[in-house]
Amino acid sequence: MSDLRTPLARARGLGSARDGLKHWWAQRLTAIALIPLIVWFAISLVMLSGADYAVARAWIGSPLVMVLLILTIVVGLHHGQLGLQVVIEDYIHGDGWKLALIVAVRFVAVIFGLAAVVSILRIGFGG
Amino acid sequence: MSVANRPVHRPLSPHLQVYRPQLTSVLSILHRATGIALSVGALYLATWVIYAAADAKAYALFQSFNMSIVGRIVLGGWLFCAFYHLANGIRHLFWDAGYGFELKDAYRSGWIVVAVSLIATVVSWIVGLGLV
Ligand code: HEM
Ligand code: HEM
Repeated sequence: MSDLRTPLARARGLGSARDGLKHWWAQRLTAIALIPLIVWFAISLVMLSGADYAVARAWIGSPLVMVLLILTIVVGLHHGQLGLQVVIEDYIHGDGWKLALIVAVRFVAVIFGLAAVVSILRIGFGG
Repeated sequence: MSVANRPVHRPLSPHLQVYRPQLTSVLSILHRATGIALSVGALYLATWVIYAAADAKAYALFQSFNMSIVGRIVLGGWLFCAFYHLANGIRHLFWDAGYGFELKDAYRSGWIVVAVSLIATVVSWIVGLGLV
Protein backbone atom coordinates (compact mmCIF):
# COMPACT_ATOMS: atom_id res chain seq x y z
CA MET A 1 0.00 0.00 0.00
CA SER A 2 2.59 2.52 -1.08
CA ASP A 3 0.13 4.94 -2.72
CA LEU A 4 -3.09 5.72 -0.91
CA ARG A 5 -4.83 7.42 -3.81
CA THR A 6 -7.30 5.64 -6.08
CA PRO A 7 -6.10 4.86 -9.60
CA LEU A 8 -8.59 7.47 -10.82
CA ALA A 9 -7.20 10.15 -8.53
CA ARG A 10 -3.71 9.29 -9.66
CA ALA A 11 -4.72 9.58 -13.30
CA ARG A 12 -6.46 12.91 -12.79
CA GLY A 13 -3.43 14.28 -11.02
CA LEU A 14 -5.33 16.07 -8.26
CA GLY A 15 -3.75 16.02 -4.86
CA SER A 16 -0.32 16.10 -3.43
CA ALA A 17 1.53 14.57 -6.38
CA ARG A 18 1.08 17.77 -8.35
CA ASP A 19 2.95 20.31 -6.27
CA GLY A 20 2.80 18.90 -2.79
CA LEU A 21 6.51 18.93 -2.08
CA LYS A 22 6.97 22.55 -3.06
CA HIS A 23 3.98 23.47 -0.92
CA TRP A 24 5.34 21.47 2.03
CA TRP A 25 8.73 23.21 1.79
CA ALA A 26 7.23 26.66 1.49
CA GLN A 27 5.12 25.99 4.59
CA ARG A 28 8.25 24.98 6.54
CA LEU A 29 10.48 27.80 5.27
CA THR A 30 7.87 30.44 6.06
CA ALA A 31 7.38 28.83 9.50
CA ILE A 32 11.11 29.13 10.25
CA ALA A 33 11.18 32.74 9.04
CA LEU A 34 8.18 33.50 11.25
CA ILE A 35 9.79 32.27 14.48
CA PRO A 36 11.82 35.48 15.13
CA LEU A 37 9.24 37.70 13.39
CA ILE A 38 6.33 36.56 15.57
CA VAL A 39 8.37 36.87 18.76
CA TRP A 40 9.39 40.39 17.76
CA PHE A 41 5.85 41.37 16.79
CA ALA A 42 4.22 39.92 19.92
CA ILE A 43 6.61 41.90 22.15
CA SER A 44 6.01 45.05 20.09
CA LEU A 45 2.24 44.60 20.26
CA VAL A 46 2.37 44.39 24.05
CA MET A 47 4.70 47.40 24.30
CA LEU A 48 2.45 49.42 22.00
CA SER A 49 -0.79 48.72 23.82
CA GLY A 50 -2.70 51.96 24.14
CA ALA A 51 -0.53 53.77 21.57
CA ASP A 52 -2.28 56.71 19.90
CA TYR A 53 -2.13 57.74 16.24
CA ALA A 54 1.13 59.70 16.49
CA VAL A 55 2.96 57.04 18.50
CA ALA A 56 1.76 54.24 16.23
CA ARG A 57 2.80 56.10 13.06
CA ALA A 58 6.21 57.01 14.46
CA TRP A 59 6.76 53.35 15.29
CA ILE A 60 5.49 51.95 11.98
CA GLY A 61 7.46 54.52 9.98
CA SER A 62 10.91 53.92 11.46
CA PRO A 63 13.15 52.15 8.92
CA LEU A 64 13.86 48.90 10.78
CA VAL A 65 10.25 48.50 11.86
CA MET A 66 9.04 49.10 8.30
CA VAL A 67 11.19 46.25 7.02
CA LEU A 68 10.28 43.83 9.84
CA LEU A 69 6.58 44.71 9.70
CA ILE A 70 6.39 44.17 5.94
CA LEU A 71 8.17 40.83 6.35
CA THR A 72 5.86 39.78 9.18
CA ILE A 73 2.70 40.63 7.25
CA VAL A 74 3.78 39.22 3.87
CA VAL A 75 5.40 36.04 5.20
CA GLY A 76 2.56 35.55 7.72
CA LEU A 77 -0.13 35.93 5.06
CA HIS A 78 1.74 33.57 2.73
CA HIS A 79 2.21 30.92 5.43
CA GLY A 80 -1.42 31.30 6.51
CA GLN A 81 -2.63 30.99 2.93
CA LEU A 82 -0.58 27.81 2.41
CA GLY A 83 -1.93 26.42 5.69
CA LEU A 84 -5.55 27.28 4.95
CA GLN A 85 -5.18 25.52 1.59
CA VAL A 86 -4.37 22.30 3.47
CA VAL A 87 -7.34 22.79 5.79
CA ILE A 88 -9.66 23.39 2.80
CA GLU A 89 -8.28 20.32 1.01
CA ASP A 90 -9.00 18.24 4.11
CA TYR A 91 -12.59 19.32 4.69
CA ILE A 92 -14.10 20.44 1.37
CA HIS A 93 -14.74 17.58 -0.98
CA GLY A 94 -16.22 19.01 -4.19
CA ASP A 95 -13.43 19.97 -6.60
CA GLY A 96 -15.25 23.14 -7.67
CA TRP A 97 -15.84 24.46 -4.15
CA LYS A 98 -12.36 23.44 -3.13
CA LEU A 99 -10.75 25.41 -5.94
CA ALA A 100 -13.03 28.41 -5.48
CA LEU A 101 -12.23 28.64 -1.76
CA ILE A 102 -8.48 28.26 -2.27
CA VAL A 103 -8.54 30.99 -4.91
CA ALA A 104 -10.65 33.24 -2.66
CA VAL A 105 -8.22 32.82 0.24
CA ARG A 106 -5.35 33.72 -2.07
CA PHE A 107 -7.10 36.83 -3.38
CA VAL A 108 -7.86 38.07 0.13
CA ALA A 109 -4.25 37.46 1.19
CA VAL A 110 -2.86 39.34 -1.83
CA ILE A 111 -5.25 42.28 -1.50
CA PHE A 112 -4.67 42.77 2.25
CA GLY A 113 -0.93 42.21 1.83
CA LEU A 114 -0.59 44.78 -0.93
CA ALA A 115 -2.75 47.32 0.90
CA ALA A 116 -0.70 46.84 4.05
CA VAL A 117 2.64 47.24 2.26
CA VAL A 118 1.46 50.40 0.48
CA SER A 119 0.20 51.79 3.80
CA ILE A 120 3.46 51.08 5.61
CA LEU A 121 5.54 52.68 2.84
CA ARG A 122 3.20 55.66 2.78
CA ILE A 123 3.61 56.19 6.53
CA GLY A 124 7.39 55.77 6.30
CA PHE A 125 7.93 57.99 3.29
CA GLY A 126 5.29 60.52 4.28
CA GLY A 127 2.99 60.42 1.24
CA MET B 1 -15.11 -4.18 -11.38
CA SER B 2 -13.05 -1.67 -13.29
CA VAL B 3 -9.68 -0.65 -11.99
CA ALA B 4 -10.88 2.86 -11.24
CA ASN B 5 -13.65 1.59 -8.95
CA ARG B 6 -11.61 -0.87 -6.99
CA PRO B 7 -11.86 0.04 -3.30
CA VAL B 8 -8.68 1.36 -1.76
CA HIS B 9 -8.02 0.55 1.87
CA ARG B 10 -7.13 3.88 3.35
CA PRO B 11 -6.48 4.37 7.04
CA LEU B 12 -9.58 5.85 8.69
CA SER B 13 -9.75 9.01 10.73
CA PRO B 14 -10.56 8.55 14.39
CA HIS B 15 -14.31 8.20 14.97
CA LEU B 16 -14.88 11.23 17.11
CA GLN B 17 -17.97 9.80 18.85
CA VAL B 18 -15.95 6.99 20.44
CA TYR B 19 -12.58 8.68 20.61
CA ARG B 20 -11.15 9.60 23.98
CA PRO B 21 -9.31 12.93 23.74
CA GLN B 22 -5.63 12.68 24.61
CA LEU B 23 -3.03 15.37 25.09
CA THR B 24 -1.52 14.63 21.69
CA SER B 25 -4.80 14.82 19.75
CA VAL B 26 -5.96 17.96 21.58
CA LEU B 27 -2.68 19.74 20.84
CA SER B 28 -2.89 18.67 17.22
CA ILE B 29 -6.35 20.14 16.64
CA LEU B 30 -5.35 23.27 18.60
CA HIS B 31 -2.51 23.81 16.13
CA ARG B 32 -5.03 23.88 13.32
CA ALA B 33 -7.47 26.10 15.23
CA THR B 34 -4.78 28.62 16.20
CA GLY B 35 -3.43 28.57 12.63
CA ILE B 36 -6.86 29.56 11.34
CA ALA B 37 -7.22 32.22 14.05
CA LEU B 38 -3.77 33.63 13.24
CA SER B 39 -4.71 33.87 9.57
CA VAL B 40 -7.63 36.10 10.52
CA GLY B 41 -5.21 37.89 12.86
CA ALA B 42 -2.84 38.60 9.95
CA LEU B 43 -5.72 40.35 8.15
CA TYR B 44 -6.39 42.30 11.35
CA LEU B 45 -2.71 43.31 11.50
CA ALA B 46 -2.92 44.48 7.87
CA THR B 47 -6.09 46.44 8.73
CA TRP B 48 -4.26 48.12 11.60
CA VAL B 49 -1.52 49.60 9.38
CA ILE B 50 -4.12 50.53 6.74
CA TYR B 51 -5.97 52.55 9.39
CA ALA B 52 -2.72 54.08 10.62
CA ALA B 53 -2.07 55.30 7.06
CA ALA B 54 -5.53 56.92 7.01
CA ASP B 55 -6.41 59.97 9.08
CA ALA B 56 -6.28 60.34 12.86
CA LYS B 57 -10.05 60.10 13.22
CA ALA B 58 -10.31 56.73 11.47
CA TYR B 59 -7.38 55.43 13.51
CA ALA B 60 -8.97 56.59 16.75
CA LEU B 61 -12.12 54.63 15.87
CA PHE B 62 -10.09 51.51 15.20
CA GLN B 63 -8.12 52.00 18.40
CA SER B 64 -11.28 52.53 20.44
CA PHE B 65 -12.35 49.05 19.33
CA ASN B 66 -8.95 47.64 20.36
CA MET B 67 -9.28 49.28 23.77
CA SER B 68 -12.81 47.98 24.40
CA ILE B 69 -13.42 44.77 26.36
CA VAL B 70 -14.05 42.85 23.14
CA GLY B 71 -10.91 44.31 21.58
CA ARG B 72 -8.81 43.35 24.62
CA ILE B 73 -10.15 39.78 24.38
CA VAL B 74 -9.36 39.66 20.65
CA LEU B 75 -5.79 40.95 21.10
CA GLY B 76 -5.19 38.85 24.23
CA GLY B 77 -6.53 35.82 22.37
CA TRP B 78 -4.20 36.61 19.47
CA LEU B 79 -1.24 36.53 21.87
CA PHE B 80 -2.23 33.10 23.17
CA CYS B 81 -2.74 31.76 19.62
CA ALA B 82 0.63 33.17 18.54
CA PHE B 83 2.59 31.71 21.47
CA TYR B 84 0.86 28.34 21.23
CA HIS B 85 1.20 28.00 17.45
CA LEU B 86 4.82 29.18 17.66
CA ALA B 87 5.79 26.68 20.37
CA ASN B 88 3.87 23.79 18.82
CA GLY B 89 5.12 24.80 15.36
CA ILE B 90 8.70 24.39 16.57
CA ARG B 91 7.64 20.95 17.89
CA HIS B 92 6.32 20.18 14.38
CA LEU B 93 9.60 21.27 12.81
CA PHE B 94 11.53 18.90 15.09
CA TRP B 95 9.25 16.06 13.97
CA ASP B 96 9.82 17.05 10.34
CA ALA B 97 13.57 16.79 10.99
CA GLY B 98 12.98 13.29 12.40
CA TYR B 99 13.27 13.91 16.15
CA GLY B 100 10.90 13.24 19.03
CA PHE B 101 8.63 10.55 17.61
CA GLU B 102 8.72 8.25 20.66
CA LEU B 103 5.42 8.39 22.53
CA LYS B 104 7.22 9.43 25.71
CA ASP B 105 8.95 12.30 23.85
CA ALA B 106 5.70 13.40 22.17
CA TYR B 107 4.08 13.74 25.59
CA ARG B 108 7.06 15.52 27.12
CA SER B 109 7.36 18.04 24.29
CA GLY B 110 3.57 18.44 24.39
CA TRP B 111 3.59 19.44 28.05
CA ILE B 112 6.52 21.80 27.40
CA VAL B 113 4.43 23.50 24.68
CA VAL B 114 1.49 23.85 27.10
CA ALA B 115 3.70 25.32 29.82
CA VAL B 116 5.63 27.72 27.57
CA SER B 117 2.57 29.08 25.78
CA LEU B 118 0.58 29.58 29.00
CA ILE B 119 3.46 31.32 30.79
CA ALA B 120 4.23 33.57 27.80
CA THR B 121 0.53 34.44 27.47
CA VAL B 122 0.09 35.34 31.14
CA VAL B 123 3.29 37.44 31.20
CA SER B 124 2.27 39.30 28.03
CA TRP B 125 -1.22 39.98 29.39
CA ILE B 126 0.15 41.36 32.67
CA VAL B 127 2.70 43.59 30.93
CA GLY B 128 0.21 44.71 28.25
CA LEU B 129 -2.57 45.58 30.68
CA GLY B 130 -0.08 47.32 32.95
CA LEU B 131 0.92 49.64 30.11
CA VAL B 132 -2.59 50.76 29.18
C1 HEM C 1 1.17 34.93 11.11
C2 HEM C 1 1.43 33.84 11.74
C3 HEM C 1 0.94 32.46 11.37
C4 HEM C 1 -0.20 32.06 10.70
C5 HEM C 1 -1.28 32.94 10.10
C6 HEM C 1 -0.18 30.62 10.66
C7 HEM C 1 -1.15 29.84 10.06
C8 HEM C 1 -1.08 28.47 9.89
C9 HEM C 1 -2.10 27.63 9.33
C10 HEM C 1 -3.48 28.10 8.85
C11 HEM C 1 -1.64 26.36 9.30
C12 HEM C 1 -2.38 25.11 8.80
C13 HEM C 1 -2.87 24.30 9.97
C14 HEM C 1 -3.20 22.89 9.59
O1 HEM C 1 -2.93 22.44 8.48
O2 HEM C 1 -3.73 22.18 10.46
C15 HEM C 1 -0.31 26.38 9.82
C16 HEM C 1 0.52 25.27 9.92
C17 HEM C 1 1.81 25.30 10.41
N1 HEM C 1 2.42 26.37 11.07
FE1 HEM C 1 1.70 28.22 11.15
N2 HEM C 1 0.97 30.16 11.25
C18 HEM C 1 1.68 31.26 11.71
C19 HEM C 1 2.89 31.24 12.38
C20 HEM C 1 3.70 30.13 12.54
C21 HEM C 1 4.95 30.13 13.24
C22 HEM C 1 5.60 31.33 13.93
C23 HEM C 1 5.44 28.88 13.17
C24 HEM C 1 6.76 28.51 13.79
C25 HEM C 1 7.30 27.50 14.00
C26 HEM C 1 4.48 28.06 12.43
C27 HEM C 1 4.60 26.71 12.13
C28 HEM C 1 3.69 25.95 11.44
C29 HEM C 1 3.90 24.58 11.01
C30 HEM C 1 5.15 23.75 11.22
C31 HEM C 1 2.73 24.17 10.36
C32 HEM C 1 2.45 22.81 9.70
C33 HEM C 1 1.78 21.92 10.66
C34 HEM C 1 1.37 20.61 10.05
O3 HEM C 1 2.18 19.97 9.35
O4 HEM C 1 0.21 20.19 10.28
N3 HEM C 1 3.42 28.86 12.08
N4 HEM C 1 0.02 27.67 10.19
C1 HEM D 1 -10.60 43.56 11.23
C2 HEM D 1 -11.11 44.44 10.61
C3 HEM D 1 -11.77 45.75 11.03
C4 HEM D 1 -12.10 46.23 12.25
C5 HEM D 1 -11.92 45.58 13.61
C6 HEM D 1 -12.69 47.53 12.04
C7 HEM D 1 -13.17 48.33 13.07
C8 HEM D 1 -13.77 49.53 12.85
C9 HEM D 1 -14.37 50.31 13.88
C10 HEM D 1 -14.44 49.97 15.36
C11 HEM D 1 -14.87 51.42 13.29
C12 HEM D 1 -15.64 52.53 13.98
C13 HEM D 1 -17.11 52.23 13.81
C14 HEM D 1 -17.95 53.34 14.32
O1 HEM D 1 -18.24 54.26 13.54
O2 HEM D 1 -18.30 53.31 15.49
C15 HEM D 1 -14.60 51.36 11.88
C16 HEM D 1 -14.95 52.30 10.96
C17 HEM D 1 -14.71 52.20 9.58
N1 HEM D 1 -14.17 51.12 8.93
FE1 HEM D 1 -13.41 49.49 9.80
N2 HEM D 1 -12.71 47.78 10.70
C18 HEM D 1 -12.16 46.71 10.04
C19 HEM D 1 -11.95 46.56 8.70
C20 HEM D 1 -12.28 47.51 7.77
C21 HEM D 1 -12.00 47.39 6.36
C22 HEM D 1 -11.31 46.18 5.73
C23 HEM D 1 -12.44 48.53 5.77
C24 HEM D 1 -12.43 48.98 4.33
C25 HEM D 1 -11.90 48.39 3.36
C26 HEM D 1 -13.02 49.37 6.80
C27 HEM D 1 -13.59 50.62 6.59
C28 HEM D 1 -14.09 51.41 7.58
C29 HEM D 1 -14.60 52.76 7.37
C30 HEM D 1 -14.68 53.47 6.03
C31 HEM D 1 -15.00 53.24 8.62
C32 HEM D 1 -15.58 54.60 8.93
C33 HEM D 1 -14.41 55.49 9.28
C34 HEM D 1 -14.85 56.85 9.72
O3 HEM D 1 -16.01 57.01 10.14
O4 HEM D 1 -14.00 57.75 9.66
N3 HEM D 1 -12.89 48.73 7.98
N4 HEM D 1 -13.92 50.19 11.65
